[in-house]
Amino acid sequence: MSKMNKKKQAKKIVFKTEKEVPLMPMSIGSMLYNKTGAWRNVRPIIDNEKCIQCGICWKFCPDAAIYIENEYPVIDYDYCKGCGLCAEECPSKCIAMVEEEK
Amino acid sequence: MRKVIMGNHALSYGAMISRSQVIAAYPITPQTQVVELLSEMCADKTLDAKFIKVESEHSAMAACLGASLAGARTFTATSAQGLALMHELLHWASGGRLPVVMGNINRSMAPGWSIWSDQNDSLSQRDTGWMQFYCCSNQEVLDTVIQAFKVSEKLLIPSMVILDAFTLSHTYEVVDLPEQEKVDEYLPPFKPLIRITPDEPHAFGGLTSPEHYFELRYKVQKAMEEGLALIEETGREFEKMFGRYLGIVEDHRCEDAELILITSGTMGSTAKIAVDELREEGIKAGNLRIKVFRPFPFDIIRNILKGAQKVAVVDRNISYGHHGMFYQEVKSAMYGHSNGLPLFGFIAGLGGRDITPTTFKEIANYALEKEKPEEEITWIGVNR
Repeated sequence: MSKMNKKKQAKKIVFKTEKEVPLMPMSIGSMLYNKTGAWRNVRPIIDNEKCIQCGICWKFCPDAAIYIENEYPVIDYDYCKGCGLCAEECPSKCIAMVEEEK
Repeated sequence: MRKVIMGNHALSYGAMISRSQVIAAYPITPQTQVVELLSEMCADKTLDAKFIKVESEHSAMAACLGASLAGARTFTATSAQGLALMHELLHWASGGRLPVVMGNINRSMAPGWSIWSDQNDSLSQRDTGWMQFYCCSNQEVLDTVIQAFKVSEKLLIPSMVILDAFTLSHTYEVVDLPEQEKVDEYLPPFKPLIRITPDEPHAFGGLTSPEHYFELRYKVQKAMEEGLALIEETGREFEKMFGRYLGIVEDHRCEDAELILITSGTMGSTAKIAVDELREEGIKAGNLRIKVFRPFPFDIIRNILKGAQKVAVVDRNISYGHHGMFYQEVKSAMYGHSNGLPLFGFIAGLGGRDITPTTFKEIANYALEKEKPEEEITWIGVNR
């Protein structure tokens, strides 16, 4: 299933009784449902002109909020918290951190 | 096959014949021979298991948890300070529902440094959600390891098989090593319900909100409550196959006893000698040795104590500011069921001080002389 489809289908999981709760505390898909992008106050913007397609931003993103589309990194703003790790690690300095405005 | 082996090696053979697949441990006196022999077995392929060397007991248990989550039958062993260092991971094992089996040699906690036996190390871990089995012979140690794997893997609750330092760990006894084929029949391979696998990726032990955490704890307790019936059932099944019943408690002449001693571990076999000698003197004594401490056998104890006139609980441990811990538990079991039965609490044998038949006679005479306990704790053998 594509990431976009998974995202659309993500829903809050509620267990009504203890029997439905898994025996072991384990991830149940809440990361997909919780759109943590709302926490962000600086937004990474990639300049594809300067991007060398090395994939380092994709590899370093601690929230797996960067995916590769047509060989270029794309940021999923639904989940990106704006930590700036990608911009810091980018060897060609093509990611700008821009303040979010309402 | 009959072998003359030390208690520590009874643990090793138990882990071997149960076909443990991963063993991670750090050596500590008086446990060292347990893992020494297991590492040799892994090296010469007597045992087809991965032996993981680690830099501490904390890491040993962490390695066991990872292996268990990957679906391996996992064994470790430790003692005293090592067990204390594992404390955090003990909660991870039970909370994560990972059926690790561990041997613990009862050694007194430092300071002062001691390598001799008392129960404060394992009893300090009583609320970590591990089953605890206190053994009194090398045969019982070996058999209990096999049974512990069976019970743990069914309930998904880890088990601690416990034996006294030196009086059992380094004492040689004749032990019947069951046939591998029969053990395989009794204990089939571990089939985990949940395991870590690339086919279905999950993160384990992560953040759990108040919406779900409470239910997880409820389920651990429910599993523990099922434990006693399962221990009884597997103990009977073991008896059918190997001729040795693995009980929850051992009742020695309690039926018509007026004074019942309550003991655990190796002092339980010493108490039997004392009981027999007291009987010869005309005193109707009995010994109730508690083997399974968690889950605690409330009903069994109430039932055995029903006919007694006096009960003397002997603890080789102390919960500072309270009582001996077996005494606490027996009192809690008898609340509302005792009908005024006097329960005496004795502390004896801390730090490996010998507990002999004479010790039990002193305890029995004290309890028989007094109408009811005159002090919260009666210390036996403190020079003061």
